[in-house]
Amino acid sequence: MIRFLAPIIILAILVSFFFVGLYKDPSIVPSPLIGKSAPAYELPLLLKPGETLGTEKLLGQVYLLNIWGTWCFACRAEHDVLLEIERQNIVPIYGFNWKDDPHLARQWLAELGNPYVASMVDTVGRVGIDWGVYGAPETFLVDQNGIIIHKLIAPMSMQIWHEDFLPLIRHLKAVQR
Amino acid sequence: MKKMIAVLLLLPLVSFAVDNSEAMEDPELQARYETLTRELRCLVCQNTPISDSNAPLAQDLRRQVREMLLSGASDSEIYGFMTDRYGDFVLYRPPFAKRTWLLWLAPGILLLLGGAILTRTIRQRAAMPIDDDDEDEEAIE
Repeated sequence: MIRFLAPIIILAILVSFFFVGLYKDPSIVPSPLIGKSAPAYELPLLLKPGETLGTEKLLGQVYLLNIWGTWCFACRAEHDVLLEIERQNIVPIYGFNWKDDPHLARQWLAELGNPYVASMVDTVGRVGIDWGVYGAPETFLVDQNGIIIHKLIAPMSMQIWHEDFLPLIRHLKAVQR
Repeated sequence: MKKMIAVLLLLPLVSFAVDNSEAMEDPELQARYETLTRELRCLVCQNTPISDSNAPLAQDLRRQVREMLLSGASDSEIYGFMTDRYGDFVLYRPPFAKRTWLLWLAPGILLLLGGAILTRTIRQRAAMPIDDDDEDEEAIE
């Protein structure tokens, strides 16, 4: 009996592993930064190059940090969603212009609209490494204490915004009060 | 025609140097640099080490490794720096941990299991009478 059952059982185990694997996206690497403090940095602003912004200056508010670049196709796709989120006026969105040409970046915002309170410029990608950024677009949710709560490694969509981000943000704001 | 086919067949063997940065002055550092960049996975192009990838991120990470080496960081400090930011996934050799023990031990377990099945089968066969085929006996009769 075991002779016949064993291969079937082994096959079933294998198939169940493969089946689970089928629905996992290997290009999404979970960030070890979730639950930890946002890296300390200060970067010049895209539209006001004389000013800087960074983790310390952003303390005290819940915000989104959106990693973008004009070379990134998916960033263009999510841009309208970001504009819509900005219109809802629930949390500020800060941009993180990653490995980009600032000139093109300014042009992009002028043409497509600017959902960001401000965009920081990381031309060489050094701060990007500290954030564990590996593929734009990425969106981080950071809380009042500068802790990274959530990270999205994909273009933002209204569905993701409603299902993943909003509940977390509501929770964070409820705790604050 | 034959020559052309031969050339085409050899084409996949052509390799291109990806990392075209200058070698470091200290050969010892250069050797460590080469090992480190081979052991770190490029996250954009997943199954390539950062030494073999031309993705902008791989270039940045190579620069990071180089700078850390020059500033006197140890190998484990550099690996630590990378896993702090990108997780164990950047390592081609993930550490032995609760989450990875099966991954590490599976080859050994499978080998032992296979060996056990093999010895059992061989012993069983050896214990069988050499001529136990009833049909053959009937045929002889």
